[in-house]
Amino acid sequence: MRITLNVHRQAGPSAPGHMETYQLDDVTPDMSFLEMLDVLNENLQDDGQEPIAFDSDCREGICGTCGMVINGQPHGPEVTTTCQLHMRSFRDGDTITVEPWRADAFPVLRDLVVDRTAFDRIIQAGGFISVNTGSAPEAHSVPVPKPQADRAFEAATCIGCGACVAACPNAAGMLFMGAKVTHLGELPQGQPERWSRVIDMVKAHDAEGFGGCTNIGECAAACPKEIPLDVISQLNADYRKARSKVKD
Amino acid sequence: MRGYFDCFREEISTNGTTLAYKYSMALAGLLFVFYVLMHMYGNLKILWGAEAFNGYAHHLRILGEPILPYEGFLWLFRLLLLAALFVHVGLALPLWSRANKARSTRYVVKRTVRATFASKMMRWGGVALLAFIVFHLLQFTILKFNVGSGQFPDTVVDPTTHETIANPYPLVVSSFQVWWVVLIYALAMFALAMHLRHGVWSAGQTLGLTGTPAKARAWNLAGIAIAAIVSIGFIVPPLAILFGLVGK
Ligand code: HEM
Ligand code: SF4
Ligand code: FES
Repeated sequence: MRITLNVHRQAGPSAPGHMETYQLDDVTPDMSFLEMLDVLNENLQDDGQEPIAFDSDCREGICGTCGMVINGQPHGPEVTTTCQLHMRSFRDGDTITVEPWRADAFPVLRDLVVDRTAFDRIIQAGGFISVNTGSAPEAHSVPVPKPQADRAFEAATCIGCGACVAACPNAAGMLFMGAKVTHLGELPQGQPERWSRVIDMVKAHDAEGFGGCTNIGECAAACPKEIPLDVISQLNADYRKARSKVKD
Repeated sequence: MRGYFDCFREEISTNGTTLAYKYSMALAGLLFVFYVLMHMYGNLKILWGAEAFNGYAHHLRILGEPILPYEGFLWLFRLLLLAALFVHVGLALPLWSRANKARSTRYVVKRTVRATFASKMMRWGGVALLAFIVFHLLQFTILKFNVGSGQFPDTVVDPTTHETIANPYPLVVSSFQVWWVVLIYALAMFALAMHLRHGVWSAGQTLGLTGTPAKARAWNLAGIAIAAIVSIGFIVPPLAILFGLVGK
């Protein structure tokens, strides 16, 4: 396959960015998108040029580091992560535009790499439960009703990749927060901090400079883990109840 | 003016209130929905002629008598709507500027998947509605200017009860005999339909009432239904007048 790539290049956090065009002739349909970029980087290095910086870790769709916007869609045209996207999703002769996540809360560090620690700070603010560590508790000591367990599990599949923010017209982090609030709020272990959690997470979210949600739904459509939009409803409902329970 | 909106922006970042702002906007928005449904119902009375329409206007003015004075309810409701408008618009603006700041660098290529025309037009459509509301109030409530021909007395003697009552009928009929007035109203009703189509669903989600797929579908359908009923119901009287079915 012959692919033309239009890639955002930026030398550092405060350097100006620009789009750079590259040709790649020896792409096979079985390559993952990241393998295709690996090949491009080898070519660039052979030519004595700087390789394109991008993030990746597990390359099996579970860690959430490999975010980039491909032809205007986070993680590209399929419902999956960039590392699990394959070149067979494109056609011979295609031009593909690759950009970093665009959100001021996720500043660009270099090329396609952004700083996503804003999500970590939201988690630090409330995305935890308090338990005694040491010996593992007996698994059946806290029964969890099946519907709650299923819903918590669905929300818990969020890998914190940030595609929801990248896709959102307001650059809001609500789907991510909704996933965490639903995941922990549905479980008995998450109840002690349930109300302070949602207040603290929303406060951290807003302080990081994410936008406000307008319920457009681009986030859920972009999410590689198919986190449903209704977790944002749960976030809103919990926040509403929390404001009347928690005095700050 | 700048300082005024800056304090809203600061409030969001330090206290995490994007959700609280959205919540207030949703409550104000639902009050508008209730109001436009009532207003549309009242307007349809014009299809039954001068007595029905003027009679309705009169009844609005004596609603709540003798506990409330003449026009007492009307003025209370006007003040409530005005306050809600200040809340709705006053919070939409800082959220709008926040969304722009949350993505100060735009994508070179951006594809939306789930966004609709209605959901993309919420902000500019809202501005259009505000402009229309000002025009509409000047035309029929504050200045009562006639773009057609003739001058009409503010009051008229009811032929059956012999009371002196409000007389909006001739001004309304004369105005909508002018084609471009009808065109302005048709465009405004299109903007209103779009705003309601997304707004009703969005309000349900913002209030945290769409937690299951069935509830989400119900709010979405309510948005479509209310948008259709309100816009069609509002535009029928002007069209009926323009085509001479009423008032000839
Ligand atoms: C007067 C000018 C107006 C402006 C500038 C305005 C602006 C906005 C904006 C920016 C939103 C949020 C967008 C979103 O959530 O996607 C919104 C939501 C909404 N608006 Fe308006 N609007 C106006 C008038 C109205 C009117 C006249 C109605 C009703 C007849 C209305 C009903 C709603 C509803 C129900 C919502 C949903 C609230 C929510 O998103 O939680 N608005 N409006
Ligand atoms: S909700 Fe989905 S898109 Fe957002 S961070 Fe989690 S996995 Fe990624
Ligand atoms: S590299 Fe881990 S999800 Fe893609």
